[in-house]
Amino acid sequence: MKMIWFHLQGYRELPPDFEDRYESVWVSPPTDELCRPEKVHQYLNWNLDELDYAAKLGYDGVGTNEHHQNGYGFPCSPNQTAYYLAKSTTDQAIVILGNTLPLYNPPLRAAEELAFVDCLSNGRCVAGMPVGSPMDVAHCYGITPTQTRPRYYEAHDLIKQAWTREGPFHFNGKYTKLRNVNLWPKPIQDPHPPIWLAGGGSLETWDFAAEQDYTYSFLSFGGRTAAKPMMDGFWETVAKHGKDANPYRGGFAQIVMVGETDAEAEKLYLEHARYFYKKSLHVAPHYAAVPGYMTKKSLEANVKKGAGVNAFSTPADFDGMKWSDLVDREKRVIGGSPATVIDHIKELAEDLRVGHLILIMQLGSMDHELTKYNTRLFAEKVMPHVRDIWDDQWEDHWWPSGARKPELPGVAPGA
Amino acid sequence: MSGLNVDERHCELPSGLKADVLVKGEGPPLVFLHGHMGRRWDVFLDDLAQNHTVYAPRHPGATDPDELMKLDGFSDLVLYYDDLFQAFEIEQPILVGHSFGGMVAAEFAATYPQGVSALVLIASLGLWLDDQPVTDITGIASQQVPSTLSTNPDAENVRELFSLPADPAKIGDVVVERMSCLASVSHFVWPIPDRELVRRLYRVTPPTLLVWGSEDRFVPLAYAAEFAKGLPNARTSRVDGAGHFVQLDRLEEVTAAVNEFLPVGV
Repeated sequence: MKMIWFHLQGYRELPPDFEDRYESVWVSPPTDELCRPEKVHQYLNWNLDELDYAAKLGYDGVGTNEHHQNGYGFPCSPNQTAYYLAKSTTDQAIVILGNTLPLYNPPLRAAEELAFVDCLSNGRCVAGMPVGSPMDVAHCYGITPTQTRPRYYEAHDLIKQAWTREGPFHFNGKYTKLRNVNLWPKPIQDPHPPIWLAGGGSLETWDFAAEQDYTYSFLSFGGRTAAKPMMDGFWETVAKHGKDANPYRGGFAQIVMVGETDAEAEKLYLEHARYFYKKSLHVAPHYAAVPGYMTKKSLEANVKKGAGVNAFSTPADFDGMKWSDLVDREKRVIGGSPATVIDHIKELAEDLRVGHLILIMQLGSMDHELTKYNTRLFAEKVMPHVRDIWDDQWEDHWWPSGARKPELPGVAPGA
Repeated sequence: MSGLNVDERHCELPSGLKADVLVKGEGPPLVFLHGHMGRRWDVFLDDLAQNHTVYAPRHPGATDPDELMKLDGFSDLVLYYDDLFQAFEIEQPILVGHSFGGMVAAEFAATYPQGVSALVLIASLGLWLDDQPVTDITGIASQQVPSTLSTNPDAENVRELFSLPADPAKIGDVVVERMSCLASVSHFVWPIPDRELVRRLYRVTPPTLLVWGSEDRFVPLAYAAEFAKGLPNARTSRVDGAGHFVQLDRLEEVTAAVNEFLPVGV
């Protein structure tokens, strides 16, 4: 199983009464009241230091995503972060999960920037291609909801052609018309960087992943119990398309918080988990449910399921939220001593059948030192016991060809 | 009781798109174009059907979103309605449009001014004022929507707009239907309902009645004046105390204003 240290790059000091005063953490939290550029200076530097630290500790990949106007994460162009990481690291996959394709106009820009990252890193780029969230796509960037998927598919086709066809060629799409597509440069990976899909449960994305032989990551903060019906649906779709059940077809985002003991983990992290579920996931439902964003087919399927599972489902009672609820009952968070975390990761891998574990280890209000502590304990005491899951049976066909399996340093730098 | 003797007609148009039209009444043709809450036959249409043959089409894509992929904007939508009018042999109709339907009616009349005998725009979308923005109706909390659309959100006819079936098994279908209808409107007007109609208003020469609630919190009353400024042949009927669903909040006044504007036999 691949261990990807993934940074949400959020705001770490939202006010105590944030969720009472503001309707949403995403789209409309007023920047002049809440987002201080000098704080962001500090966060951005911490973010990159934390990603570098993870690379030095031997994580297989480092990565980030794309969001806009969002208190829990606002890496507006993940390619900026990736470009830095391509230079500062030597072995890791640079997991860009990913460029929200409907937002790029022309989408050629994403093809170019990803090729740059791939060249600079000597073939370590992962090209995540999510459809995006209704908050980013419809509300922040004003894309017509019903055009989102058609724009996405067209952008995907253009990018893939730009990476693989002999240039210059013309591209006569509905949304993008170009006379001379002629990428300078093409990516180093042949035929192109691995394409990863990500989503929150749209049926079309599962079909697309299975058809195109792409890996699919379910991105949620709800943990494995909530994700189980979604990943089961994905695996059913894979089987229906006659593809093998290689666990590397699947990825999952998981919050992980490690202490020396279970009690220490609770003491160190509970307040940050509360901050995250209470403030970071305070997304207004009317921004999340945009008519036309989800296709009628997916909407019908979700309504039938009771629409209980979405990426932003949060516990009902934030203030009474106990560590045991999060870790044991709801299984939103994998947290505790190294032994506890090892057990829960093994269960997760088997339960959801995922090969790419996208680790969220800086959560909400966690400061720089605590983030490093979490990152180091995991690398030293958990990773050696879980990194080989699946590797005796399956090969990861979706890992960038230029990435190398990092040596575990044994003792952390600066520890 | 509304909805008696309403004829439901379906056909496929030469473009391959489908038409779904409710028809009732006798007299000159009158086409009612609905807003984002969907097509429904109500007492207002019964009133109009006293003196007219009322046609109430459903906007394309409202139930089948795939149709929207063949409709890339108002020029396509206007052609869709021209095809529909030909298929139903509707000649020189009176166009009555509410909200988004008003925007469609105005765009149609700007394209085919000779093809419309008169125009009634009720709380119409289509223009934009920076100092009085049209409310982002899908970007507000759902509990705020009724009071944004009506000054009397507790009235039975308004509650009915938002009511869900008693049978829990049917709730999902209604939710999907409403979301699909909203999506089909957003398809043309997201994220700001301004497609520069203002530049084309000079072409809308048929006699036009603007009906507006003084308390419209979706498309504020200022838009009535803005339409009146650009339209060559318009007058305004302001309905005091009414909100965006003027015909729900003040049915009798709206019917009276429309009847006065459209004498029998027009």
